[in-house]
Amino acid sequence: MSDIILQIDGKKVIAKEGMTVLEAAQSADIYIPTLCHHELLEPYGGCRLCTVEVESRGRTKFVVGCLYPVEQDLVVRTRSEMIDRVRRLILEFLLAHAPDSPQLQMLAKEYGAKKDRFEKESSFCVLCGLCVRYCAEVKKKNVIGFVDQGAKREISFIPELAAKECWDCKECFPLCPTSYLQAAYHLTKAIAFPSLATEPKSVKL
Amino acid sequence: MPRINSATELEELRKGLLSKRDPDKSYIAICSGTGCLGLGNDRVITAFEQEIKRLSLETQVDIRVTGCHGFCERGPNVVIYPEEIYYIQVTPEDVPEIVSQTVLGKQVIDRLIYEDPNTGEKSAYQSDIPFYKAQMRQLISNNTKIDSRRINDYMGIGGYSALSKALFEMTPAQVLEEVKKANLRGRGGGGFPAGLKWETTRNAPEKQKYVIVNGHEGEPGATMDRAIFTGNPHSVLEGLIIGAYAIGASQGFIYTRHDSPQLKDNIYRALEQAREYGLLGENILGSGFNFNVEVHFDVGIFVSGESSALMRSIEGRNPEPRPKYIRTSVSGVWDKPSNLNNVETWANVPQIINKGSQWYTSIGTERSKGTKLISLSGNIVNSGVVEVPFGTTLRQIIYDIGGGIPNGKKLKAVHFGGAMGGSIPARLIDTPLDFDALKKVGAPMGAGALMVMDEDNNMVDVTRFFLNFLTNESCGKCVPCREGIRQLLKIMTRMSKGNGRKGDIELLEEISEVMGVASLCSLGKTACDPLKSSLRYFRDEYEAGISDEIAPVNEQELTPERV
Repeated sequence: MSDIILQIDGKKVIAKEGMTVLEAAQSADIYIPTLCHHELLEPYGGCRLCTVEVESRGRTKFVVGCLYPVEQDLVVRTRSEMIDRVRRLILEFLLAHAPDSPQLQMLAKEYGAKKDRFEKESSFCVLCGLCVRYCAEVKKKNVIGFVDQGAKREISFIPELAAKECWDCKECFPLCPTSYLQAAYHLTKAIAFPSLATEPKSVKL
Repeated sequence: MPRINSATELEELRKGLLSKRDPDKSYIAICSGTGCLGLGNDRVITAFEQEIKRLSLETQVDIRVTGCHGFCERGPNVVIYPEEIYYIQVTPEDVPEIVSQTVLGKQVIDRLIYEDPNTGEKSAYQSDIPFYKAQMRQLISNNTKIDSRRINDYMGIGGYSALSKALFEMTPAQVLEEVKKANLRGRGGGGFPAGLKWETTRNAPEKQKYVIVNGHEGEPGATMDRAIFTGNPHSVLEGLIIGAYAIGASQGFIYTRHDSPQLKDNIYRALEQAREYGLLGENILGSGFNFNVEVHFDVGIFVSGESSALMRSIEGRNPEPRPKYIRTSVSGVWDKPSNLNNVETWANVPQIINKGSQWYTSIGTERSKGTKLISLSGNIVNSGVVEVPFGTTLRQIIYDIGGGIPNGKKLKAVHFGGAMGGSIPARLIDTPLDFDALKKVGAPMGAGALMVMDEDNNMVDVTRFFLNFLTNESCGKCVPCREGIRQLLKIMTRMSKGNGRKGDIELLEEISEVMGVASLCSLGKTACDPLKSSLRYFRDEYEAGISDEIAPVNEQELTPERV
């Protein structure tokens, strides 16, 4: 595979073909914020926090770093007034769901996002899909999935599978940026498999 | 049905069909489009069938259960050929009289013909009715001539002659060149040149390529694809096979609505008939070209009409738009190059091959060629499906064809392009129907749903209606679209109650800007287009929803009495 030379924030970066802009930036210690991204998982492109500006073949456009492939002579800007505006508003949307999430609070500080710009939403899940994708892609169990669509979209454990698979796994818990997942799990457990309430004590959460 | 093995055999079959037909023989074309069926035309059809049987007229009179005629406003519609006498609002009780007086007696029944509500002038013939007179019906005019269930009717009007011409007289490259020269632009919304898209798929390195009909038609107010696909399914199929030949695809997909039983029936029947005649399958018409078609249905969500979501749906997966930065024409269904065009685009192909690109480009404006089907709805006298050449002004469509605004109301705005389109004020209705001109004024044509608003419509409510549609019909995967629409709706709901806060309009603008920049697919990127255009032209209606007494949200929390 041949080397691809691109420019990120004015810095020359050497990348390999097939890498994404995010991977190239990380390899050069250039920070791009992410939320739904995880290196063990397929790029998802859901949160759009890693939106950057690229110049390619004379055209400037906004793309997400986690999916946009590197190309020869690509010029990438990871910060600009518009990019910051995008990230700030996305964070404000998410803070309406999960104002206490440490990860969101940290990013909010960087981008000047206010946690109370929009009124509080009832669900604190931000639908990053880390749990859903981890269970499907890494564990290959598909115990948890998305249900419904649009603004009604939510995550849901499938009780029958959860009763069988989850009690000694729970590897998705630490991935959750808002800890909504644990609440959803405990709700599922309480409703669907209360008999397993006394699960082995040796299992660490 | 015999298999047709060559171009000559196809022409012989056609000649045979026509020789058996007396050109002066009467036939009754009964509209069986969605609108007319909803108005009870199934009972009219049965009444005609019974009456013809009762009088033993089966050999003299032919009944054709046809697709949408277009004049839905005055349905159920019935046309008596060969005179082309046009009856509106027909009931089963009228049927015996129509058969005895008009079909046999050649007399016009005065009370069943169209009367212009403004001038009082009556029109007995289809071509005299103002609604039809001002149109140019290249595609939809065939709907009244054929029974949508009979391939032989389509053969009788020259059906599959374009396919035969393409297969035996042209190379795939020549077919592609002709479509490129015709400058056929995609009718589904984007207006992207179909020929260039075909070429991309054709030139993609993968050997297996696919061609797809997008018959999802989820745009609110749009019914024209259904009118063509249900009424004349073979015209779409013929276009698809020609496209497959040009692109080098051996497999096609039809993606269409799960909720239109008649449409499904007609598609299945058309495919079966085409297979029996050897127009689909191995060695089509003896040419050596192989092509098959599979039918897939949508899953009842608007976003499944988005190209990459549609293709995932065909693969049997969730219809979520694909986040990758690669075109479906290069990597689509199962990562193979997949050329997707909508129903109307495919239906245009046979006439381009038959009559040539020179003829085709003589119709329309400089950069928008041919005719366009438009669904007229809203506050308009004649709602229905119309077909006009590009370049026709919106004024001609609304007043000459549509008959103007009912109840003496004034025209306020014209909305084009459904939930991702835009509204323009009445003063701009001399804008011509043209992909680029309409986009420039802020009412991109989309698939061609034209909604007319009168002076009583509030534009904040109209925009809210579209956003409400999208919040239910998007996938909900990406944050800007899902959360952006959620917040827009909250703001606009309080505005419509007069409880808007200072800064709300600026907030609407900020959200729509971010959604346009950062959303994952074209649904999210253009979801705010109706909002942007109505803020551009009807800002005062948004301002009227803002109350001076309510402070902006961030200052509110500081005042304890409000908590």
